[in-house]
Amino acid sequence: MITHLAHSASEIKDSESAVQFRSKSSGAFPRALTLISVILIIAMLAIVLGIILFGGVRVISWEFLSSPPENGMEEGGIFPAIFGTVALVFLMVITGVPIGVLTAIYLHEYTRPDSKITRIIRLAINNLAGVPSIVFGLFGLGFFVAFIGTGIDSAFFGSGRPVWGQPAIIWASLTLALLTLPVVIISTEEALKTIPRELKDASYALGATKLQTIRRVILPQAMPGIITGAILAISRGAGEVAPIMFTGAAYYLPYLPLKLNDQFMELGYHVYVMATQSPDVEKTKPILFGTVLVLLVLIFLLNFVAIFIRSRLRMRRMHG
Amino acid sequence: MQPYIFKPKSRIRDFIIEKFIAVNAFTALIVILLIFIFIFKESIPIFTSHEVQSEASLDKMIFKQQYYEGRDPKWSWQPNSEVPKYSLLPLFLGTLKAAIVAMLFSVPLAVGAAVYTSEFAPRRLREIIKPVIELLAGIPSVVLGFFALIILASILQTAFGFTYRLNAINAGIALGLAVIPIIFTIAEDAMTSVPQSLREAAMALGANPWQISFTMVLPAALPGIAAGIVLGFGRAIGETMIVLMASGNAAIISGGFTESIRTLSATIAAELAEVVFGSAHYNVLFFVGTLLFVFTFIVNLGGELVLGRLKDRLQGRQK
Repeated sequence: MITHLAHSASEIKDSESAVQFRSKSSGAFPRALTLISVILIIAMLAIVLGIILFGGVRVISWEFLSSPPENGMEEGGIFPAIFGTVALVFLMVITGVPIGVLTAIYLHEYTRPDSKITRIIRLAINNLAGVPSIVFGLFGLGFFVAFIGTGIDSAFFGSGRPVWGQPAIIWASLTLALLTLPVVIISTEEALKTIPRELKDASYALGATKLQTIRRVILPQAMPGIITGAILAISRGAGEVAPIMFTGAAYYLPYLPLKLNDQFMELGYHVYVMATQSPDVEKTKPILFGTVLVLLVLIFLLNFVAIFIRSRLRMRRMHG
Repeated sequence: MQPYIFKPKSRIRDFIIEKFIAVNAFTALIVILLIFIFIFKESIPIFTSHEVQSEASLDKMIFKQQYYEGRDPKWSWQPNSEVPKYSLLPLFLGTLKAAIVAMLFSVPLAVGAAVYTSEFAPRRLREIIKPVIELLAGIPSVVLGFFALIILASILQTAFGFTYRLNAINAGIALGLAVIPIIFTIAEDAMTSVPQSLREAAMALGANPWQISFTMVLPAALPGIAAGIVLGFGRAIGETMIVLMASGNAAIISGGFTESIRTLSATIAAELAEVVFGSAHYNVLFFVGTLLFVFTFIVNLGGELVLGRLKDRLQGRQK
C-alpha cells in the first residue's frame, strides 16, 4: 500500500516534469473533438430510429396487429408473430427468473463476497453473459432438442414420430431463459444491496430464521429489482433471433402455439425471414418496416419501464 | 405496517430449502460447462471417426487442398458441393474483416464519447448522454441487420460505388453500432472510477481540467478502456444476425473490404437448419461453434480479469 502511494506520487512528479503544464492551453480542441463523437453516435441512433419510425408508422393499424400474414407475407398482419413472441417470453420468464433470483439470494445472503465459491459463480455468470447467441442456439439444439427431447421420446413414446425431440416453443424459451439469466441475477443483486441492514436485524431480533427473513422481509423489499430484472430479460429475449432459429421458431404457421411442443412464429425471426427469404422484397417492405417498428416499440417500452423502476430504487438507496 | 409473525418451522424443511437455493446458485456454472460439453461432443467425430475425417479433418480445415485433379490446391468452403470442401480459412478471414471494420468504426467514436461524458460534460448533460447511448444497446441485432441490409447498403453503394452491395464494410459498420455501447459503457465506467483524490492532487499541482484528463485520468483508466475494446471485439466476433443479413455471405479469400464475406457465426446460422443430423457437415458446424465459444470465453475471462484488477487497484489507492 505504502509503496503503491509512493509509486503513484513519483509518477505524478515525473509526469509533471515531463509534461510541464502550460496554463495557456484551454483544452477546447480535445473537448470539441470528443463532443463530435457524442454527436455522431446520437445522430446515427436518431437516423436509424427515424427511418424505421417513418417507414413503419404508415403500416400500423389494428388490422395489421390483429390479423395473420396472407399471400406469402406480402399482405395481412403479424398477429401470430406477436402472439408467439409473448408466449415465448412468458415461458422464458417463469422458468428463468426463479433460478436467477435464487442465485442472487445465495450470492448475497449466504456467502461472503470474497469467498471462492462466490468468485467462481460470479465468473461463470459474467462469462455466460458473453457467450455468443448463436452458440446458445447450438446448445439449445444439442442439449434441449436432441438430448432431453429425444430422451423423453425414447423413454415414453417409443420410436415413432418425435413428440418432444423436435424444435418447440418450450425448448426455445428454456434456451432464452439461460441466455437472460445473468440479466436477472445482476438486477436482483442490485436490489438486494439497497435493503437496509436494520430491516434484517430487526427480523432476526424478532426470532425469525434466515429463511423466514428471506421470504417475509428480503424478497418483498427486493421485488422492484426482481421485476426490473424480469423486464430487462424480456426486452433482451424478445429481440434475440439466433438462439431460437433451430430450437423452435418457424417461417410461417397456420395455427397459434398452444401446446408446449408446438413451433411458433416470432417478431424478430419474422423480420429476418421477410428481409432475406422473401421472393419480392419490395412488396414485403411496408410490412417489414411495420414489424420492425412493433418490435422496437415493444422493447423500448419495456426498457423505459425498467429504467423508471430502477431510478426509483436508486432514490431509495440514497435516502433510505 | 402489518406485524410480522414468525411461526417456528421444522428445521429439516429449512435445511432442504436452503440446500435447494445453494444448488440453484450453481446453475450458471453448470450451464457454462454443459454448453461446452454439448457443443464439443458433436464435434468429436472430426477427431475420431475415419468416415468424417475423410471429408473434414483438422488438416483439411486449415491447409490448402487439391480437390480436383489437375487444378491448383486452394482454401475453399463449399460443404454442399459434390466434393465437399471444409476449409475454415475463408470464414476466419471474413470474420476478421467484419470485426476490423467494426473496431475501426466504433473504437474512436465510443472512446471519444466516453472521454467527453466522463471528463467534459456538465453533470446534467451526462445524465442524458449515458442512457441515450445505452439505448443503442437495446436495439436487437436483427433490427440492425435489417437496417444494414435494406437501407445502409444502398446508401453506401450509391456513395462509394461498391460493386457488391453487401460487403465487409457494410456489415462492419452495422456491427460497429452494436459494439459502440459496450465499449462506451466500460470505458466511461473506468474513467469515472478514477478516485477524486488523484484528480485533486493533479489540480493542486496546477493542471487544468483537460490536462488532468489526458495526463492522469486517461493513463490510469487505460486498462479499463483496453478491456472494453477487447470485450467489444469479442462481441463483434460472435455477433450473428447482423453479419448474416448484411455481409453477402460469400466465402471468398481476398484482401478487399468491398467484397462480400462469410463469417463463422453466420455460417452456423445459415447452414445448420438444412444439414443432415450427424453428418460431417453437422460436426463441422458444431466445431465452428466450439471455436467461437472458446474464443469468446478467453476474451471475456481476460477482460473481466483486467477490469477486476483495475477496480481493486483504484479502490486500493482510495483507502
